Amino acid sequence: MTFADHLVIAPIVLPTVAAGLMLMLDGRSRNALAAINLISTFALLAIAITLAATAASGEPGTAIRTYRLGDWPAQFGIVLVSDRLSSLMLVLTATLACAALVFSLARWHGVGPYFHPFFQFLLMGLNGAFLTGDVFNLFVFFEVLLAASYGLALYGSGYARVRAGLHYIAINLVASLIFLIGASLIYGSAGTLNMADLAVRVAELGPRDRALLEAGASILGVVFLVKAAMWPLGFWLPGTYAAAGAPVAALFAIMTKVGIYAVLRLGSILTGPETEGSVMFGAGWLTAGGAATIVFAMLGLLASQELGKLAGYAVVISSGTLLAVIGAGDPALVGPALFYLVSSTLAISAFFLLIELVERGRTRVDDVLAVTLEAYGLEGEEEPGEDGDSGIAVPAILAVLGVAFVLCGVLLAGLPPLSGFVAKFAILAAAIGRGEAGVSPDAWLLLVVLLLSGFVTLFAVVRGGMRSFWGPIEREVPHVRIVELAPIAALLFLCVVLTVKAEPAMRFMQATAADLRGSKAYSGAVLAEPVPPPAPPREGGSR
Amino acid sequence: MELVVALAIGVLAGSGIWLLLRPRTFQVIIGLSLVSYAVNLFIFGMGRLRVGAPPVLNPDTPDVSAYADPTPQALVLTAIVIGFAMTALFLVVILAARGLTRTDHVDGREGGS
Repeated sequence: MTFADHLVIAPIVLPTVAAGLMLMLDGRSRNALAAINLISTFALLAIAITLAATAASGEPGTAIRTYRLGDWPAQFGIVLVSDRLSSLMLVLTATLACAALVFSLARWHGVGPYFHPFFQFLLMGLNGAFLTGDVFNLFVFFEVLLAASYGLALYGSGYARVRAGLHYIAINLVASLIFLIGASLIYGSAGTLNMADLAVRVAELGPRDRALLEAGASILGVVFLVKAAMWPLGFWLPGTYAAAGAPVAALFAIMTKVGIYAVLRLGSILTGPETEGSVMFGAGWLTAGGAATIVFAMLGLLASQELGKLAGYAVVISSGTLLAVIGAGDPALVGPALFYLVSSTLAISAFFLLIELVERGRTRVDDVLAVTLEAYGLEGEEEPGEDGDSGIAVPAILAVLGVAFVLCGVLLAGLPPLSGFVAKFAILAAAIGRGEAGVSPDAWLLLVVLLLSGFVTLFAVVRGGMRSFWGPIEREVPHVRIVELAPIAALLFLCVVLTVKAEPAMRFMQATAADLRGSKAYSGAVLAEPVPPPAPPREGGSR
Repeated sequence: MELVVALAIGVLAGSGIWLLLRPRTFQVIIGLSLVSYAVNLFIFGMGRLRVGAPPVLNPDTPDVSAYADPTPQALVLTAIVIGFAMTALFLVVILAARGLTRTDHVDGREGGS
């Protein structure tokens, strides 16, 4: 094994070590903790990019790297698998983490004692969940990331956070128990929990075991959909995200995508050309559920008065869109869906960071006042003409924030010219262009829901922006530091890069989707017999 | 024996879910514990119920069919540890919520809505 082979486990080991180190330092020197966190997070980004580059270099269906812990054969031990999808998610996680961390250095990391260790543990759990090739191991990493997320969701304390956190924790604990039921049903019917082994055995199961396995997989699916906040299961999300601190919420933007990732991964394992007949069972449910999620989120967007809630519902819209698109069950749609995943996650993350800065200038009272003003139609009655020499000098910082706000809105709503538009256009083009015999009902549903959600998002963001930037209320210019603006700018810049380089990016996503089309390559790569190390040269021959 | 175990799982899960849906935090946490017992038994059952069969291999009896399946037992152990830790963590949050909201209602305030 070379050094490069061990790189697969580095995204798990590095945050663990960093977090352990921080716990030993005991929070006495906050700067030291921040330094460790910075080094670790940026190193994670570098590692993730290296892994992605290796994965991207191979042909579709190859370039899957596995790492056997303790070198046990894959069926018996735990394997880590780094393919295109995993490494893509790793890069996305690390990018968000870098942005959130840099942002937090200005103010947030000083609010409580354990921000940095929690941050690293969350990264460890996320990376592990993306890398692991074992269902039960996935459960363990889910628990790690959830435990860290409980800490982060409550970070900063306060009435609103504790109240939202209580619901969040209770729901996720129940979801974990359901996960266990699903995983054990799968073990009971297929006799394995290794994903690659599972893919092989699914084809050989008898009808009775098949029914049990499908029940188990559906129960697991419910858990993933709770994480992804599908409609009847996602009421916890907007409140929790709005209550969490800005950098925390920005990092949480990836957590719903863990659910999406798991649905994609398990879906690809249980289908594939060799196991025709159990084609991502319940795919129709996914489309319907995704569409319902989008409708629910649209209503939420229209009803929400706070920007935080608005961003929370934007997360739900993003998940709903992904679920609806994936559920359509067409491999051609998965590539654009992944592009949308990346673009929307970056935009939402930037939006969470941004609204904290925008809201900084206003107080609670202002908010209430704004609502009442609007409700009673008092806005029009502002006495006009008082400042006849119109033109209050807009402070530069407000202008910068405003431009960033507009960009976020354009990205979230999917307007041209940014990457949100490219993603939605690609999805719709694939959905409409696939059938020879006209456009299918599924595609119509997608078309209507996607366009409508874009319109509603635009409407809600514009309304929120008008209220924050043009409101008649006296407001202070928020004090913003460059460390806080830089991450937002970087995230938005990445979206611009994604737009300009849409073609190579889309090619990568299509290759990723091609990987997911069949499980044969995956299980073949994971279950391959380890190459025995070359026998050590015999000694004592030529003495 | 299958019937007894199945009934036990059902009763535990049923009462656990009932308690989970109650409005007091104490009831919720007891409900979570009950459901987690039910789930642990269920995982155990998924390795097939066998009496008097050891899960650890013994070199003297090479016949594999003489053993119980060890994997679910290992899974149960992991699930117990994780569940215990999470319950403890949840208790802390509940206590914090009790202190902040001055009520043990899950919504942080008394009353219907």
